[in-house]
Amino acid sequence: MRFVLMIVMLAFAGSVQLHAQAPGAPAGNVENGKKLFVNRACFQCHGYVGQGGQAGARLTQRNFSWNYFVSYIRKPSGQMVPYTAKVLPEQEVADIYAWIKSLPPPPAVNTIPALKDLK
Amino acid sequence: MAKATHLDRRGFLKGAALGAAAGATTIVSAPLAAAATPKAESAPEAPPLSPLITGQALATETAPLPEDAGFVVNDPGSDFMVDVIKSLGFEYIASNPSSSFRGIHESFLHYGSNKGPEWITCLHEEVSVNIANGYYAVEGKPMAVMTFAPCGMMHASMGILGSFVGHIPTFVLCSSILDAVERRPSTDWWEHAVMDPAAMVRDITKWDDTPVSLQHFAESSVRAYKMAMTEPRGPVMIVVDGGMAEKPNPNHSKLHIPKLTLDTPPVGDPNAIAELAKWLVAAENPVIVAGDVASGEEGSKLLVELAETLQAPVMGGGRSMPNHHPLAGGANLGTADMILALNEISLFNVLNDYRDQAVRYSTPRLKPGTKIVTISSYDLFQKSNYQAVDRFQEVDMAIAGDPEATLPSLIEACKKLITADKRTAYDARGKRFASAWAQAHERAKVECTYGWDASPISTQRLSMELYDVIKDKDWALVGPNSNRLWNFDKFYRRQGDVGSGGGVGGDFPCTIGGALAHKKHGRLVVSMQKDGDMMFVNNAMWTAVHHKIPMLIVMLNNRAYHQEVMHLQRMANRRQRGVESFAMGAPGVFIREPNIDFAMLAKSMGAYAEGPISNPNDLRPALLRAVEQVEKGQVALLDTITQPR
Repeated sequence: MRFVLMIVMLAFAGSVQLHAQAPGAPAGNVENGKKLFVNRACFQCHGYVGQGGQAGARLTQRNFSWNYFVSYIRKPSGQMVPYTAKVLPEQEVADIYAWIKSLPPPPAVNTIPALKDLK
Repeated sequence: MAKATHLDRRGFLKGAALGAAAGATTIVSAPLAAAATPKAESAPEAPPLSPLITGQALATETAPLPEDAGFVVNDPGSDFMVDVIKSLGFEYIASNPSSSFRGIHESFLHYGSNKGPEWITCLHEEVSVNIANGYYAVEGKPMAVMTFAPCGMMHASMGILGSFVGHIPTFVLCSSILDAVERRPSTDWWEHAVMDPAAMVRDITKWDDTPVSLQHFAESSVRAYKMAMTEPRGPVMIVVDGGMAEKPNPNHSKLHIPKLTLDTPPVGDPNAIAELAKWLVAAENPVIVAGDVASGEEGSKLLVELAETLQAPVMGGGRSMPNHHPLAGGANLGTADMILALNEISLFNVLNDYRDQAVRYSTPRLKPGTKIVTISSYDLFQKSNYQAVDRFQEVDMAIAGDPEATLPSLIEACKKLITADKRTAYDARGKRFASAWAQAHERAKVECTYGWDASPISTQRLSMELYDVIKDKDWALVGPNSNRLWNFDKFYRRQGDVGSGGGVGGDFPCTIGGALAHKKHGRLVVSMQKDGDMMFVNNAMWTAVHHKIPMLIVMLNNRAYHQEVMHLQRMANRRQRGVESFAMGAPGVFIREPNIDFAMLAKSMGAYAEGPISNPNDLRPALLRAVEQVEKGQVALLDTITQPR
């Protein structure tokens, strides 16, 4: 029985990872979101792990809502290229959103020798 | 009649086969050729030449020489030309060789002892000019370039555009053979002679001349140097007539090289400065927008002094403003009530947000009523065809003058107006900026941590690992890249964006020129080098190795012309098609398949190199090994595979 419970819990944890759902957002497939982030060229500006760079904002560990995310992608107020529903349907946006929200936090500054003692 | 040589010309030519009529230069004896050719092989025997050709060759070799058929030239004109160039104090002259300037080339090496200037061998003329551009950015004085018309000049023109856009006083010598009688048949016509060599680059030089006598050459060269160094500075060209260079100069001792006296830089009108000081002191939120202000450490100190006098943040400024100063950055254009722009060529771009969407428009960043004043020398000299300007920015006062030369009077005028109350308000303002700067600095460290362990390597990780290895040494960064966490506490730590005017392919040789200037100071020179730029001009690596210019080149190898990747992506998205197909491999913008092995490329030219490195944990050990090599005098390259941006 304990073994069955363990299996059920593991499956549940796996499904939570695979199909994440941030508040207000439709359920998204994290694995598919990761693939789409590359295949829809998001990484070209935002980096492979959403870290941002010269051309695109950091996406990981940001506190933006689903509504903000999808509306900005469709009609960016800055220089970002627009992704219309024809190019990136809502479910794909949800998958990408889920993947971004699943990204782990970075290492702390004080654990990185090249940064921790920097004046 | 000239004395015959001891050679038996008739005997030498007996039975000769000569291609003189067709321009051939090899003489082969038919019987000897037959004897040398193994009879067992199937090579056909050379057909015998006609009696006519044989006779022509014989006649050429045995005809009496004219009375004035000279073989030796003492005191060639080019020796005096070298005297002139030496008088201008160049340390180096960069060049790729050409027969049309063989005369002056030989004079530089023998008569001039290859010193002051020393010849820098380049494998492409664009590299020559950009090395000179990069050298100036560090050394603050011009470097010379030797090239020839038309081919070399055409190659060089891209670098000269970089000089023009960057206000760099590169001194270009360009040979041509003006007298048609002096030109070798065919070779020296379309390849080595142009009627107006400077015409090719007249739109992107400040001044040019084609001297027709040696005295003229002297006066024009001194004038050209003066013009180049007059604000706003820019490249100049002097045409070197190959014929004049090679002819004897019996009047050498009578020629005169004029004294060089540079123009003092223009200073802003005193009345305008007084008015500006009033506006600045009265402003509640002044912002200084700095372009290329300082020419050295002293200029940088003046900018800092102005900022501190007013407790006004400085936006931009590049190496003119130490980036760890509390007033560096931190400006909020939206709350500014007064903008002072110093030599900011792209002021419109700074003060407006531009949207590159299907409908393009610009939105002002300033609130209505914000006063804008410029101090700049750039309006004193502009050209129309290659417009090194930006959209027109309306301003409230435009003061013509060199900012560095004008700052002392502006600072003094401001200080006289600042009351005790104003000083108290400024100090409070300064504290706010210092606090904001410190917070931004800490935030920047946190931003670096995102993607820290990613592969390909994040550009932040690359930059900070590099800095960690060099920060305690006497280092200098060359090239356009920068990072706010690096402490650029001295003017020479940065070279500035000197190569970008030369387009893709401008950066790499500019970094080598900068390293050349740093060499005598014994500094550890590092650059972060884009792969696309490198591939335009990778032969410059050989020049760095050959001339023992130590530097560490860390590749920003994202295997793409990434600006254009993003532009194509923008087009695909805008047109709602092909986004997926462009994501990983749009034709024309990716540099893959095969991946270029930059380490092998560098090693092929004698540099120390490692790579490709895509695991960020391999970075630090590789950097330490590479720095060790550079400190031994080597050129070292690390091929590091990075994130796209």
